[in-house]
Amino acid sequence: MKVKIALAGNPNSGKTTMFNDLTGSSQYVGNWPGVTVEKKEGALRGQKDVIIQDLPGIYSLSPYTLEEVVARNYLITEKPDAIINIVDASNIERNLYLSTQLMELGIPVIMALNMIDVVRKNGDTIDIPKLKEQLGCEIVEASALKGIGTKEVAQKAVELAKSKVSAVPKHTFSTEVEDALAKIEGLVKGKTDSINERWLAIKLLEQDEKVMEGLPLDGETLKAVKDIVQECESKLKDDGESIITNERYSYISKVMKQAVHKKSGTKRSATDKIDAIVTNRWLALPIFAVVMFLVYYISISTVGSMATDWVNDVLFGDIIPPAVGNFLDYIGTAAWLNSLILDGIIAGVGAVLGFLPQMMVLFLCLAFLEDCGYMARIAFIMDRIFRKFGLSGKSFIPILIGTGCGVPGIMATRTIENEHDRRMTIITTTFIPCSAKLPIIALIAGALFPGSSLVAPSAYFVGMAAIIVSGILLKKTKMFSGDPSPFIMELPSYHLPGIKSILIHVWDRSKAFIKKASTIILLATVLVWFLSSFNWKLQMVDTEYSILAAIGKVIAPIFIPLGWGNWKAAVATVTGLIAKENVVGTFGILYGFADVAEDGGEFWKNLQGEFTQLSAYSFLIFNLLCAPCFAAMGAVRSEMSSGKWTAFSIGYQTVFAYIVATIVFQMGSFISGNGFHVGTAVGLLLIILLVYLLVRKPSEVKEKKAKAAV
Amino acid sequence: MTLRDLKPGQAGTVISIGEKGPLKRRIMDMGITRGIDVKVVKVAPLGDPIEVNIRGYELSIRKDEAAQIEISVG
Repeated sequence: MKVKIALAGNPNSGKTTMFNDLTGSSQYVGNWPGVTVEKKEGALRGQKDVIIQDLPGIYSLSPYTLEEVVARNYLITEKPDAIINIVDASNIERNLYLSTQLMELGIPVIMALNMIDVVRKNGDTIDIPKLKEQLGCEIVEASALKGIGTKEVAQKAVELAKSKVSAVPKHTFSTEVEDALAKIEGLVKGKTDSINERWLAIKLLEQDEKVMEGLPLDGETLKAVKDIVQECESKLKDDGESIITNERYSYISKVMKQAVHKKSGTKRSATDKIDAIVTNRWLALPIFAVVMFLVYYISISTVGSMATDWVNDVLFGDIIPPAVGNFLDYIGTAAWLNSLILDGIIAGVGAVLGFLPQMMVLFLCLAFLEDCGYMARIAFIMDRIFRKFGLSGKSFIPILIGTGCGVPGIMATRTIENEHDRRMTIITTTFIPCSAKLPIIALIAGALFPGSSLVAPSAYFVGMAAIIVSGILLKKTKMFSGDPSPFIMELPSYHLPGIKSILIHVWDRSKAFIKKASTIILLATVLVWFLSSFNWKLQMVDTEYSILAAIGKVIAPIFIPLGWGNWKAAVATVTGLIAKENVVGTFGILYGFADVAEDGGEFWKNLQGEFTQLSAYSFLIFNLLCAPCFAAMGAVRSEMSSGKWTAFSIGYQTVFAYIVATIVFQMGSFISGNGFHVGTAVGLLLIILLVYLLVRKPSEVKEKKAKAAV
Repeated sequence: MTLRDLKPGQAGTVISIGEKGPLKRRIMDMGITRGIDVKVVKVAPLGDPIEVNIRGYELSIRKDEAAQIEISVG
């Protein structure tokens, strides 16, 4: 018989380390259905029939945050055979709050008192027998980082699961509350199957909407419950939810007094000392800048890019393509198959895999920052700036990394807990010019703005402005408003992360990226390859006679309002979706140069014939802001874990790019004296629309809906 | 007075929480409940949020939210 054991605990309680220690390499990482909350499970080491389910790190089982709801639904509907409650012994008071809630579920609970070594080192003592007696569950001292006690916890959990002895909470509430609970229990007795009645009574006293929604209770009973709740609330002069929370904590305070003895004379902890410098009024920002520079430097500029360049230029440049090419020649395949394999599949997959080393190094850095506790400090330092336009302090990291490459930038949004903030950051991150967009900038600047040093900085400025404008604008839409998204965040104690945890983390991410992104990217690149290599009669031709060119000629008029309705530019934009570097290369091919320099110096003259400065700048803006390359889209898909959101994200970026480029071209041509015509009016209307979206009142979201949505 | 009015280094006792609904629950879930002592540790470099010490750990909270927490000093 399979045994399911859930791992529950606060964030930063060492849950991940414990999970890694228990499951080893057998873990499976995915997402909970429909949400971006990560779901991890694995078999207990040496016991294939015991499945360990890691729940999201949570502070409470309240109905408000996504993680809490996910965890709660799992515990109630899937009913694991036992719960291992991981408690950070060095921060036991707040950790016990979740424990009191877990104890009420009617599932066997065992507590792992993690980081017990830290407690001992501090000279504090925890009276385990006393704690056991007060809480009513088995307790095992552990240190997941040092591998102490984890086996024992697991073994006891399995025994407990097999014995099926449910936890019986020892904590009680005040007489008024207990009276009310007893009455409610009497009312609902027998009316709801399989749900623990005590737990249900507490939820009803809290008037927990999520729980009440699914109950098979008639109106009369609900009314009677409501009366009891109101009576209790007026007696205690507070709302039901707060009464329960207050009393849980008062109970914990009592337990603390009896079972936990802190060494008197509070010495400054290591964390306090580090924070005195790291979040210091004057030093915080410079230190942050240095840390960010290091992360960027290591992952994008040096180690990561060396590896990426090697994969791109050597492995997928000098080694694999010639080898495969020779092999194909040797067995004598058809030219089209050669082209499919070499120009389509290998080039496409190579472009994606090329990002992998960079990403792995970056993930390593980020995992370290996250695990050691610095990430929370970044949010603390930067929050003030970013919440002004609807993002959170943690949005800074993806955007910064996005200047190197959008793919790891998008992946870096993982560290943002709030789902709305996360989605918004994913949507806006690729607005900042990544390194693959630099050749486009160089091309336009070189060909149309010779000698001007303003084009490149202006590209970053446009990207930053697009992020800010989108932040404000999206925050006001129904999709993103109404989220309470409070910034109440723990600043965890610093500690040196375990190497194993970090490596597992990096491996998981990389694996997920290769799997998810490469399937989409492979398809997309093969499609574009096909379109650009064949004509309608399915004969292999040069790009300028291909289906893509024909399509380019059809869609080119779409870009007339933007000032560059020529088909070559349209085709270049489309091929830019494979990789932004392609834009320059495609122009090269279409103008008849097989090999061009990175900035396309050979055909600047041709470009000058087809573009004005204004239309060229509009082209640049559109290509900077519109949908990113397939690799980045793949990353968006895997991070959003929703096709709908991916479509919205790409659609929004493209429409936004279109609007901005139109405004720039139309207003620019009006200002430069080309007279007022229809286009100018459209440009003006779009400006008005944009300003309206920026200054309008946020969409009204009913209180109830806001609750249900999070 | 509210938690927002405390200077770094000052401590007070929580009297009540003005917010309602999810935000109130969140504040309380994190251990800010009636009668508990809370000490302001520092203000973020850009002036917001603040860092407080409560129930033996460090919590960061925006000034707007801190202003909802009624405090008595002394």
